[in-house]
Amino acid sequence: MSDRSYLDHAATTAMLPAARAAWMSASEHLGNPSSLHAAGRFARKVVEESRESIAADLKTRPSAVIFTSGGTEADNLAVKGLYWQRQQILGTRKPLRVLASAIEHHAVIDPVIWLGEHEGALIEWLGVDQDARVSTTALADLLANNSDVALCTVMWANNEVGTIEPVERIAEICKEHGVRFHTDAVQVLGQVPMDLGALGADAVTISSHKIGGPFGVGALIVNPATGFTPVLHGGGQERDIRSGTLDAPAIAAFAVAIKHGVEQQVAHAQHLRELRNELVQGVLATVPGAVLNGDLDLSGDGRLPANAHFSFPGCEGDSLLMLLDAAGVDCSTGSACTAGIPEASHVLLAMGVDERTARASLRFSFGYPSTMADVDRVVAALPGAVDRAARTVSSRSS
Amino acid sequence: MRVLVAMSGGVDSSVAAARMVDAGHEVVGVHLALSRNKTYGDGRQRGCCTLDDARDARRVADKLGIPFYVWDMAEEFAEAVIDDFVEEYRLGHTPNPCLRCNESIKFTAVLDRALAMDFDAVATGHYAQIVQGSAGPELHRAVDPEKDQSYVLGVLQPRQLAHSIFPLGADTKDAIRAEAEARGLLVAQKPDSHDICFIPDGDTAAYLQRQLGSLPGDIVDAESGEVLAQHDGTYAFTIGQRRGLQLSRPAADGAPRYVVEVEVGTRRVTVGPPELLDVYALEGIKPIWTTSPLGKAPTELLAQVRAHGVPVPARAHELDERVIVELLVPIRGIALGQAVVLYDGTRVVGSATIAATTRAA
Repeated sequence: MSDRSYLDHAATTAMLPAARAAWMSASEHLGNPSSLHAAGRFARKVVEESRESIAADLKTRPSAVIFTSGGTEADNLAVKGLYWQRQQILGTRKPLRVLASAIEHHAVIDPVIWLGEHEGALIEWLGVDQDARVSTTALADLLANNSDVALCTVMWANNEVGTIEPVERIAEICKEHGVRFHTDAVQVLGQVPMDLGALGADAVTISSHKIGGPFGVGALIVNPATGFTPVLHGGGQERDIRSGTLDAPAIAAFAVAIKHGVEQQVAHAQHLRELRNELVQGVLATVPGAVLNGDLDLSGDGRLPANAHFSFPGCEGDSLLMLLDAAGVDCSTGSACTAGIPEASHVLLAMGVDERTARASLRFSFGYPSTMADVDRVVAALPGAVDRAARTVSSRSS
Repeated sequence: MRVLVAMSGGVDSSVAAARMVDAGHEVVGVHLALSRNKTYGDGRQRGCCTLDDARDARRVADKLGIPFYVWDMAEEFAEAVIDDFVEEYRLGHTPNPCLRCNESIKFTAVLDRALAMDFDAVATGHYAQIVQGSAGPELHRAVDPEKDQSYVLGVLQPRQLAHSIFPLGADTKDAIRAEAEARGLLVAQKPDSHDICFIPDGDTAAYLQRQLGSLPGDIVDAESGEVLAQHDGTYAFTIGQRRGLQLSRPAADGAPRYVVEVEVGTRRVTVGPPELLDVYALEGIKPIWTTSPLGKAPTELLAQVRAHGVPVPARAHELDERVIVELLVPIRGIALGQAVVLYDGTRVVGSATIAATTRAA
């Protein structure tokens, strides 16, 4: 048993040996994929084979795959690119409406707010229920009552509490109203079956380092018929939607990680679910007052199999994180950080959790290297840590 | 011991952390985020509370190989230090926010949280010394008179002192900088922070005006009673102030004039000759004793009323919940709200908030 347990795979996971090998191999070749000579053609071949591999694995067309520098860039391209494109189609600079769930990752929330502040976009935040699930009837009502919607963006699964959103239904509703739909699928890739052809979204964000590929590469899987106004201007490498030299070794490794993730998805999800359920059971049995957040059906399809997210009322989440860190457990408060300063999670607040309880929360997320020994370590360390962390709160409020 | 080091990202707390590691303690670094508006510095600002300062602290912790965290204490700081600071000025007092921060944040909120998390002590980069005396731990001045910070630590009580470590008190600032350099700490040449950390531009009057608004009133001559000028708010004036009065006419005798009285109710600021500022006795409230209470019998001590003020011989005793201090050498210009810290030689006896002064001999 190693001396530490890493249970923060939703933040980033270990690189797969096969992905590392693919990166090493591709990096031995000189060449810019945009160059016309032999070296360039070789690098281009690596990129295009990877594109085809990814498209096949995600059941879409190669032309749908737009490589980016990662999830954040893909989300920015989707939100801003679809908004501006809609204005262009309508031939107007008039502010349009943006529909976004209140529990999006900051890589979506912040571009949406930016559009509001700088472009005058009208923003409708879609509320969620106590499980963090978006209401499709509320969405349908909004779309029925507003004809100026530029795009709707709802994540496939939430990164903090693991709730899987009804994206198939949302995509249908958007299609019925002729509204562009983007979904951030960074957390679901490899954990949930993905058929992007069947989904029919206009844009889907994926990221390499969340599934065992290298950092610094991701993709926006687009409907090639849907236009996107570029955010990065330059050489126009990716269908004039995205500019910047393509990172052939990283893309090759990304494709290998996706193939592994898709091929192993069923077995992987089963492995993750077993560990997660064991952890939930152990925590709820040993820590009085612990609350599981998100979808409580641990055998159903409504929750990411890797995700366990708890509140420990009466504790400070960052004290708990420190104590568990000292006990050899890497986990997360799950919420946004600025230079290490945790804030109360906007996701939990949107679910109706009060601010104090929101601050008393921790996320544990499993990955392919996780074992039952990791579960045992958490279950052994947590009761003592919660006991101590509760004292830090009473000392602060006295 | 398990020691938590409060790391501002400055040279002092960085060396303090390094020394705690050298001493063989199990050390964890914590940076306190005290500002509600988290901003990056401009690269020149002399602060301790920007995200750049947090980064500096993190890099020192990396170098030392110790765990590092940021604790967000902005709410506690705003309540205990900033709100108190503004309110005191509104009342016409002159508070010392560093003292309040040590009293309520560093050696209460942080220390209590550390103790609850099973730490044995909190170490900081303050220049002061703790000496084990017969009656318990004693707080003493630092060796470097230029850097001595015992004044702003005069609010510590025995329980807090017992769990505090000041690793720098026996050295000069120059020596600490040289040590930081020798240790290869990137912050070795970082300038000292002198300003009030939540007023990074140093313009306290403008800050208070934003908080309290414009409250115009008269500036009056103490001797003639004549109105000399108008002002925008009494909070911009403190007893003993000479600069920034913007009087159009000089005094009859041509001598400089000082603020000798600030009345909040009438918004009247009175100016006059320096002799009117001499204080011969003062009364302190909310006394705090670092080792043991002073007692009711008058005791010969030294009194200091500013962070870098000159200590003067004094005779002090407790009366009810107050401290009566007779200054054997008068101190010129004492504002209400300042802290008086009493010393027995280099030992801090305790402190109190000045609530009344006597100016006639």
